[in-house]
Amino acid sequence: MSELLTLSRVETHIGRYHILHGVELAVAEGQTTMLLGRNGAGKTTTLRTIMGLWRASSGEIRLGGERIEALPTPAIARAGIGYVPETMAVFSDLTVRENLVLAARDGPIDETRLDWIFGFFPPLKKFWLSRAGTLSGGQKQMLSFARSLIEPRRLLLIDEPTKGLAPAIIGALIDCLREVKRRGATILLVEQNFRVAQTIGDSVAVMDNGRVVHAGPMAELAADAGLQHKLLGLSLDTHQ
Amino acid sequence: MSATDIDAGAALPKAPRDLVPLLLPAALALIALPFIPSSSTWLTLTIAGLAMGMMIFVMASGLTLIFGLMDVLNFGHGAFIAIGAYMATLVLLPLTGWMQADSVWLNLAAVLPAIVLAVGVTGLLGLAFERVVIMPVYGQHLKQILITMGGMIVAEQLLYALFGPQQIPLPLPASLRGSFAIGEAAIEKYRVVCVLVGLAVFLAMLAVLNRTKIGLLIRAGVENTEMVEALGYRITRLFVGVFMAGSALAGLGGVMWGLYREQVNAAMGGELLVLVFIVVIIGGLGSVSGCFIGALLVALATNYVGFLVPKLALITDIALMVAVLLWRPRGLYPVTSR
Amino acid sequence: MMPLSGDRPRSVILSIALTLIVVGLALAPFLFPGAKPLNVAAKICIFIALAASYDLLLGYTGVVSFAHTMFYGVGSYGVAIALYSLGARWDAIGLGLLIALPSAALLALAIGLFSLRVQTIFFAMITLAVASAFAVLASQLSWLTGGEDGRNFRVPEWLQPGTIFIPRDVLGVAVTGRTVTYYLLFVCCAALFLLLLRVVNSPFGRVLQAIRENPFRAEALGYRTVIHRTLANVLAAAVAAAVGALNALWLRYTGPDTSLSFAIMLDILLIVVIGGMGTLYGAIIGATLYVLAQNYLQALMGTVSTAAAEAGVPLLPQLFHPDRWLLWLGILFILSVYFFPSGIVGKLRRSTS
Repeated sequence: MSELLTLSRVETHIGRYHILHGVELAVAEGQTTMLLGRNGAGKTTTLRTIMGLWRASSGEIRLGGERIEALPTPAIARAGIGYVPETMAVFSDLTVRENLVLAARDGPIDETRLDWIFGFFPPLKKFWLSRAGTLSGGQKQMLSFARSLIEPRRLLLIDEPTKGLAPAIIGALIDCLREVKRRGATILLVEQNFRVAQTIGDSVAVMDNGRVVHAGPMAELAADAGLQHKLLGLSLDTHQ
Repeated sequence: MSATDIDAGAALPKAPRDLVPLLLPAALALIALPFIPSSSTWLTLTIAGLAMGMMIFVMASGLTLIFGLMDVLNFGHGAFIAIGAYMATLVLLPLTGWMQADSVWLNLAAVLPAIVLAVGVTGLLGLAFERVVIMPVYGQHLKQILITMGGMIVAEQLLYALFGPQQIPLPLPASLRGSFAIGEAAIEKYRVVCVLVGLAVFLAMLAVLNRTKIGLLIRAGVENTEMVEALGYRITRLFVGVFMAGSALAGLGGVMWGLYREQVNAAMGGELLVLVFIVVIIGGLGSVSGCFIGALLVALATNYVGFLVPKLALITDIALMVAVLLWRPRGLYPVTSR
Repeated sequence: MMPLSGDRPRSVILSIALTLIVVGLALAPFLFPGAKPLNVAAKICIFIALAASYDLLLGYTGVVSFAHTMFYGVGSYGVAIALYSLGARWDAIGLGLLIALPSAALLALAIGLFSLRVQTIFFAMITLAVASAFAVLASQLSWLTGGEDGRNFRVPEWLQPGTIFIPRDVLGVAVTGRTVTYYLLFVCCAALFLLLLRVVNSPFGRVLQAIRENPFRAEALGYRTVIHRTLANVLAAAVAAAVGALNALWLRYTGPDTSLSFAIMLDILLIVVIGGMGTLYGAIIGATLYVLAQNYLQALMGTVSTAAAEAGVPLLPQLFHPDRWLLWLGILFILSVYFFPSGIVGKLRRSTS
């Protein structure tokens, strides 16, 4: 299976802080790779570095073989990456419709695709002309997802989508991700909730102290409670 | 997991549009009414306030967008105001004959090129200023303040050097002199024109912001520049355009103000800058509507207080700013996330 | 070195320059006899102390405030009004200071606390507005402040120019009340400068620098940034007010143009930036250069201007007109911010290391 995204020896400094100490990561095409780790391990920093929001101070990042680490963020996005940040970052002053119009940069919104999205996230249809700032937390996350799905992307970077959300909403997001996977998407997903991770992840990379300390199939990690405990400080029966 | 489960009860009630600030100028005008002895005086003062407010809005709107979108503090904004006014003199003074003729068409034939020149020159200077002076110090607020302040000093001095230190008189065109009579009130024609121009600018800005993709990008960028880039847009290219537009608007405001005062001098930029800042702060950094309301409030208040308690007139704007900030610390319509 | 609180110039050229300046100022009445040179020297002393107090804010705490001249004005007017109302007595000066210094401190406190409610970005713009409002108030309350004309007043006998202490000339110069006033100025400004040097090199000063570098980190480390910033504000304001009082005594006059005009604010800004932000010594170098330029450069520019005019060169006469000296200072200022962000002092220090 070919690797769509690779990170080699990526280091990131933010001001005086050395956050990523040589990250090695590979995301296989058509698969969902979970990026796990404790708080402060560097997961969000990794995603932001891939998107170019923070510059890697050294190392290589390749998308489909092409180096992207030196490109400006808009170019990286246009190379085919959809980004769902931890903060959701919906534009509060814009309506749901306007948020999606902005996200559909290659042309007008594809109605079929939009209906498909509405299928997972009915509130978006209901609040189509409402300002995004009036949505609840879960609905904003739906909008953030929808923005990355409104057009096909080669790679989806998703940062902690289920944090602080009600189980019903989490369910809708998982359904959506499953369907997106079925259509062959490549996903790199940061998730603290191991249950969720286990449900949709094909492979896993665990980070600690700015490095990837374990990488392998999800099934392997899921079956090994001892390994889970060692890497993540938890076992299958507990979840955040 | 049924999709309908998430629908029920998941929505917060839609928050009402924040209308209170919109009503403030009208409220202020109504509050002033009982204090002012004659209604015709009230009308005159109100129109004067509206006219002045519109001019300040035109000057300030560019600044608020520039700060909201680009996070740039341009203390040199006043320079564009003054330069616009001076450019107008370059056209209007040689064409004094046309200006003083009784024909509206001849007047327009003089005024329109003046406006075009003022707006064009300030827009181009804005381009140069942004690329040369400001771009190297993106994100460094301290340096921006210092450099743009330096730019203001240099611009003012250059104006003195090129045009001389004395005031340059700029008489109104003949067709805009004088006033309409409404009852006992004399409403100056020029002030009405200013109100119309200001409204036109405001509506045009709202149209661009709300109905065009560029406007969409600007509104989104004001909130979260990073996310707009992460969606694939090279928003820094928009910066230059917005800066040029903002500077051009300042130039237009300068022309309007110069004609209003019927004189132009190099210090006007610095003098108006404080007022512009106050209006921008009151309105909320990045909000065009807030700026509009703030400008009207400041101008109306200054006019009313100037009539009722002249000694306090000059600090009305500060007092208003403090009052608004105590109510809403980030201005009437805080838009940016900063 | 104890008096310098361990903050040494750290550059040979700088040390030489500073020594020359300090000695020159210390012996000014005797080295440069005459009214104008002594005025220049006094102005340099005043601006050194004033700019140093502003450097505490701008350079060490990272706060951009345009209200600094307001505090300077408070000190100036405090002493002026006291001397004007109560007559030329020392206790009048004392009373003036007693009212002015705490007033300045309280005003700074109010501004500092108000900035709690608004974002730091607003701070610069608000101080601009507040300072201009204050200037307006000062000219409006003419019964107290003398309005646009300001206040002329008489100083105690020991400070009056007419008082002659040593009848025969010392080193060719008479020692008069003017000389006494000058040394009062010199000693006080030097003391204020050394006080500021002490403050920035104390633990408090180091916290200020930490806050300037990274406010979030400082806050995370447990330092209450707002309190520190406010204290810095208050201290800087008090020093500025003291300097204002001294200026009033020297000029025997206070008015909006000598103590509240925005031009003074720009002067200080230019001095601190060109001299070197966050160095304090930059204030000495910057103030000396600036005041000398203001007084003697204009004459130079005048000759260039007339020469150009006589030669028929276009535009140059206007650009070099003595009134346009601020143009060149402004250009120098912009270039400094770009190319010498740490000012002259910073440049000198780097070239020796």
